[in-house]
Amino acid sequence: MTVFSRTDRSILGQWWWTVDRAMLAGFAVLALFGVVMVLASSPGIARTLRLSSEGFFIVRHLVFLVPATCLLLAASLLAPRGVLRLAVAMLAVFGAMLLSTLLFAPEIKGSHRWIFPFGLQVQPSEFVKPALAVVTAWLLARFEGLAGLPEALLAVGAVVLVLVLQPDLGMTVLTLAVFAAQLFVAGLGWFWIAGLAGMAVAGLLGAYALFPHVQARIDDFVDPTTEVYQVEKAMDAVASGGLFGKGPGEGQVKFTLPEAHSDFVFATAVEEYGALACLAVVAVFATIVLRGLVRVQACEDRFVQLAGAGLVVQLGLQAIINMAVNLNLMPTKGMTLPFISYGGSSMLALAFGMGMLLALTRRGARLR
Amino acid sequence: MVLFASRDAGTRSLRRARLRLRVLMAVFVLAFFSVGLRLVDLTTGARATKPQVLSLRRGDGAPDIGRADILDRRGVTLATNLRVNSVIADPSRVNFPERAAHRLADALGLNEAALLARLKRGGRFAWIKRRISPREEALVKDLGLPGVALQPDEERVYPQKNLVSHVLGFTGDDNQGLAGIELAEQDRLVGGEAKGKGPLVLSIDVAVQNVVREATMKAFLRFHAKGACAIVFDTRTRAFLSLVSLPDFDPNRATREPSTNRQNRCSGHTYELGSLFKIFTTAFALDAGAASLFDRLDASQPLYIGRHPIHDDHAKFRWLTVPEAFAFSSNIGMVRLIQKVDDPERQKGFLRRLGLFGTSKVELPDTRPPLLPRRWPFITQATVAYGHGIAVSPVNYVEAVASLIDDGRFRPGTVLRRGLEDVPPGEPVVAAKTVRDMRWLLWLTTDRGTGDQARLDRYLTGGKTGTADKAVYGRGYVKGAVVASFVSVLPVDDPRYLVLVTLDEPQGDAATHGFRYGGWTAAPVAAEIIERVGPLLGLEPSPPEARARMEARLQVYPAMNGHSHETEEGLAAVRLDP
Repeated sequence: MTVFSRTDRSILGQWWWTVDRAMLAGFAVLALFGVVMVLASSPGIARTLRLSSEGFFIVRHLVFLVPATCLLLAASLLAPRGVLRLAVAMLAVFGAMLLSTLLFAPEIKGSHRWIFPFGLQVQPSEFVKPALAVVTAWLLARFEGLAGLPEALLAVGAVVLVLVLQPDLGMTVLTLAVFAAQLFVAGLGWFWIAGLAGMAVAGLLGAYALFPHVQARIDDFVDPTTEVYQVEKAMDAVASGGLFGKGPGEGQVKFTLPEAHSDFVFATAVEEYGALACLAVVAVFATIVLRGLVRVQACEDRFVQLAGAGLVVQLGLQAIINMAVNLNLMPTKGMTLPFISYGGSSMLALAFGMGMLLALTRRGARLR
Repeated sequence: MVLFASRDAGTRSLRRARLRLRVLMAVFVLAFFSVGLRLVDLTTGARATKPQVLSLRRGDGAPDIGRADILDRRGVTLATNLRVNSVIADPSRVNFPERAAHRLADALGLNEAALLARLKRGGRFAWIKRRISPREEALVKDLGLPGVALQPDEERVYPQKNLVSHVLGFTGDDNQGLAGIELAEQDRLVGGEAKGKGPLVLSIDVAVQNVVREATMKAFLRFHAKGACAIVFDTRTRAFLSLVSLPDFDPNRATREPSTNRQNRCSGHTYELGSLFKIFTTAFALDAGAASLFDRLDASQPLYIGRHPIHDDHAKFRWLTVPEAFAFSSNIGMVRLIQKVDDPERQKGFLRRLGLFGTSKVELPDTRPPLLPRRWPFITQATVAYGHGIAVSPVNYVEAVASLIDDGRFRPGTVLRRGLEDVPPGEPVVAAKTVRDMRWLLWLTTDRGTGDQARLDRYLTGGKTGTADKAVYGRGYVKGAVVASFVSVLPVDDPRYLVLVTLDEPQGDAATHGFRYGGWTAAPVAAEIIERVGPLLGLEPSPPEARARMEARLQVYPAMNGHSHETEEGLAAVRLDP
């Protein structure tokens, strides 16, 4: 493609020749597939929820897709310093909103996660998540080695505290896992890594002991005789799809699959398009993640490296956890499949994060 | 692209970070790989091919399409499917419900108000009419209503109509089994060939069944019986060649038939079978060694147990030999036999080993457990000895008798075809000698005892009559109401088949001199069945030597001088009145 000449020194021209076009194409493919899947899976959900129109989720998904695309592209134009500024601003704004959830958020499904400024449903933690990864990367990169650890710990600890209070365990685990991956890349000693792993196990055991719903989910997962209704349905959908799928719009199990448009969109996709097509989706995710990590590895700048790694790990983990839950490899965990699940406002957060990732993985990107 | 750049070493922490990032990559590759592996495993593994058994709930919109056929043992079709169409609607897509309801009701002969209510209730799926005719199909197509469609459906068809009704059972709206083998073998039938299931082959033989039904129906009508059951049982494979319960029904329209017609009187009803039980009592006493064919029993006068008198219907008012007591169906003789053992536990154990203490294992859903006495004082032992105070289903009964005349081993019966190699080894009940003695006693009974109405020229048969007073719940034994039965062994010198005919409350007529005895009502039916079914089953007429061998065991008692005990084995001692 010769949209821009090699010698084009304009912002767009430079962007085109430095941005990772493989990742960009991957995002585009996933977003398009997401539109198809929301078309297929959401009318049944809308009907079940007795919403005014069967197209409710489709319209909203498309409406959010436009600003999300703009956001992603705009963010990817930023230089690393711009990324850092954006992240700090976002952390300030959405961090404050996150705090306010503890005070103002109504209880929905047993947790205080969402607030409703201007009639919009917003989950601040979705936005805090990528911003935090960038900010901690900067805090760690300011000094050689791990000298920046105390400040980073403070930031992560504050966010995690709010998340636990909401409570939002999935987000907590994801945030901690991303931070752990960053520490790992930042050169944490193996002794400490072992310690962290121990703490993770202890934390999971603690959650198991403390939260009844976590306990119930894990018990259900371990006990082969009980199957959670959603997982049972998801398994039916996967089995019904087989290798080649039932065909577009031909899925039947999807009508009775709860959260078919969000948490269980992957099972819906298997039912309609088959395992082979979904293997391609897995491959696209894998390509994006590996491409991202390769790019980050080649990079000379520690901040870019840590921030990029954090954002890639975030995307990869979320995708893997969601698909694993859909395939009954893991206990159920409310987590959406990036780009493909019905998004709404969380799609904007994803666009922020992935836009920043694209910006950080541009050739020659460096903070100093 | 340069994957692992090393063109500049950079700082130590950058180098270390590169190594760590490689570890992260490996972890992600592994994770994505296992997700992909799981995906393929789930869609090609056992779960994907596992047959999804349809719910039996009505109206869940998932009719069983391609349900497996049911064949008789020779391959004659007993149940199959007819491809038809059903009219369905997506109410949310029907534009003008009033107009649509009016036109559809007109074309299909439906209730317009109900149809309109259904269309207005909304939802995405509604049955309008199941299984329509080609004419109705053309009408619906011509209407061209949006939101109304035809869906391929199937109608379960039973070409033999009433003939095999109780064994087959029938299916419901979604072709799910509701009775008979259709219900019992639901999992085996559902889905049919699409799920890799071939037709289900029964042990029933339509030709035999036809004869049995015709002969039994004649008697059923002639004697104005309340019900009848007739069975032809293969004693070697222990399979039911024929099972007829009257009155019966047409499974094609089962739900419109009276529910009493749908009851299987062979498996779902229990009867006190009276003298038919004397087979068990005699076999028990002989096998226990408590009596031999040479023993004599005092039947010269009614026997009192407490103040309960026991009479004989065909009383001889003298001492009877054991074969006489059996052939003349002496109640007193049976009580004398059970007296010789006088151990309720052994009696119960014997009946239990014959399967008479539990529900038959036959593959029919409507089987009844036997009605057993709660306590076993001597009076119970005595009444059970001649078949009262215990009620069993005819199916249970033939399974038990077959064990005594085949090889002395009990095996559960089946209505599914099975070869000799598939017959289970079974549990031993009696010794081979007892089996020989029982065959001979049964021959004796048809040859010159109460079963002589079933004596045939062509085949050497054996049999036993039974006429049991009928107990009605809450009223005790009802005068004049009897269950008349006859069990027959064919051929008796080397048994292949058992025939059981049971008539529930037959009324005697002039030709039977008003008798309702099994010998007068049921035995001729059994005789007709054997006469006609024998050639169908390829059974050669019994050679004269077979009869000679039977008669050789028959020797009129010289006198009651006690010498008979020295008579050599195989030469029984029977004294028979002229």
